Amino acid sequence: MRHLAWQSVLALVLCLAGAAMLPLADAVSALPFTVGQTAAVELLLLASVFVSVSGINPLGGAIFLFLAVHIAAFTLVGGIAGNEGGARLSFFLLLAAAWLLAWRLNVLISGLKAGSRGARNFQRLIVPTLFGVWILILWEGITRGAGVPFVLLPPPTSIAVRFANSLPILGADLVQTVFKAVVAGYVIGCGAGFIVAILADRVPFLRKGMLPIGNVVSALPIIGIAPIMVMWFGFDWPSKAAVVVVMTFFPMLVNTVAGLAASGHMERDLMRTYASNYWQTLFKLRLPAAAPFIFNALKINSTLALIGAIVAEFFGTPIVGMGFRISTEVGRMNIDMVWAEIAVAAIAGSIFYGVVALVERAVTFWHPSVRGG
Amino acid sequence: MNVSAAAASANDVGRGAATMSSGQTVVSARGLSLVFDTNDGPVNALADIDLDVGKGEFVSFIGPSGCGKTTFLRVIADLEKPTAGTISVNGMTPQQAREKRAYGYVFQAAGLFPWRTIERNVTLPLEIMGYSRAERAERLHRTLELVNLTGFEKKFPWQLSGGMQQRASIARALAFDADLLLMDEPFGALDEIVRDHLNSQLLELWARTTKTICFVTHSIPEAVYLSTKIVVMSPRPGRVTDVIQSTLPKERPLDIRETPEFLEIAHRVRDGLRAGHSYED
Repeated sequence: MRHLAWQSVLALVLCLAGAAMLPLADAVSALPFTVGQTAAVELLLLASVFVSVSGINPLGGAIFLFLAVHIAAFTLVGGIAGNEGGARLSFFLLLAAAWLLAWRLNVLISGLKAGSRGARNFQRLIVPTLFGVWILILWEGITRGAGVPFVLLPPPTSIAVRFANSLPILGADLVQTVFKAVVAGYVIGCGAGFIVAILADRVPFLRKGMLPIGNVVSALPIIGIAPIMVMWFGFDWPSKAAVVVVMTFFPMLVNTVAGLAASGHMERDLMRTYASNYWQTLFKLRLPAAAPFIFNALKINSTLALIGAIVAEFFGTPIVGMGFRISTEVGRMNIDMVWAEIAVAAIAGSIFYGVVALVERAVTFWHPSVRGG
Repeated sequence: MNVSAAAASANDVGRGAATMSSGQTVVSARGLSLVFDTNDGPVNALADIDLDVGKGEFVSFIGPSGCGKTTFLRVIADLEKPTAGTISVNGMTPQQAREKRAYGYVFQAAGLFPWRTIERNVTLPLEIMGYSRAERAERLHRTLELVNLTGFEKKFPWQLSGGMQQRASIARALAFDADLLLMDEPFGALDEIVRDHLNSQLLELWARTTKTICFVTHSIPEAVYLSTKIVVMSPRPGRVTDVIQSTLPKERPLDIRETPEFLEIAHRVRDGLRAGHSYED
């Protein structure tokens, strides 16, 4: 036997303790676990413990572990549905054992030597995926097993069902908040910040007078102006876009000004020896050198814009929009709908950020942080 | 190969040009002074410099740190303004000369733009000066060949060694065919072996192109090996203590550095440097 991993040993202890304290759950309304299901879970987990410590064929072992642990986990979590709050200690011990074995599985996968490029990519993808899936499994098992009140934290499956059943509403909210308010506000805010940064660079008066004020304003909690924007621009999306403009303007301004100062003295002297004019130096040297700073602002702003637009909708909006939905559904105790909106916001925000980051990689490929050294 | 053959024949041209044009002055400084205003009070970077650089000469400026050799080069390039005295470059003020693109400047570091390939770095000055696409391609080809970098057009600077980067920066300074080349310790950051190699390549290039070169260094062997004229400077305030006319022949293999003649010039340079220091410390 190779060295005993602590996850495996602890999982074995938990399995045995869980077996000693059967049954898994009391019947609340539906049929609790059958003897066959209980035995299957115990056997799968014990077999997984054995495989994980035996060190037989690493790849085959990992595949077996993957199947056994997840079948056991889904049997546990699936069986508890309908018996919310009925789980006994044994259920949680076995769930914890399955989680430890999944942890062990992730360690094993990380340690595998991937041969091909595709296998390496798969390996890089599967580890965080397993990690995320297990957060959901534990969330599901604990909320259902312990009978956590629905308004406090609904289980992920309920949220998923609600999500799937509300696609038209979620889609309309997404269009209203992201494709109208966020996109318009982001483009105008970042564009204005960029242009004003160039003007401030060109005109010393603006640089001296405006940047200190810009720094003060950027420190203000800008979301507080949302009600004023609603007064100015009405209830529909333009008022939300205005909040996004104000939120994204200053990060872009400050970062672009810093970026324009980032090119070295030597490079600027070089352009001077060519008798290069202001615009040539700007476009051929200073803007490319500023690109990492500008993309930094674009990334910061991609998340700021989403936050701004959603929160701005709390202050008055037509009956559509992600912020509107969150604030009204929470009042109606439809917490699963709130979570569904949060999931939409998370997905939209990640895609937005990811697209900006991909463009950044393509544009600033030459920067040491991108090319790696 | 044929490169060395070309260099040998071009050497004759270089020699001819140098003797023929010994009367023409490219850079002429009279009573030139420069005082920097710093937070610690004024600093005399240059004091009362009188100097002429003739056409086709290879002039080295040597001296310890702070002697103003780089500052003098920057005054020629109109990157610094003198506070007293006069200086002319090609008979013009430095500013006019800069606006006429009269010189190419090579800095201590290569200073290539990392977002541009070698090709686009070398053609950067040509883009700024408005050369046509065809002209740029032709000059790129010619200058990369001069510095032995043909075949590296599509590489990015960070994919090349330090020596190759510095050669690319020389190509960039040569691309627009200015007659005057100002070089500020271009090989200072490179190791001895690469430096030797680039020094002999530089001599070869100088002979082929018959340019006037002003070269700042603080290496005595480098100055003696490369120059037709060595300007020894001393610090605080920066001034010229000695101007040594080299007696070495135009054709200089690397092992010329072991000849008595070479060592004698090196000795005189060292004496000049020491003299500059004696009433300082």
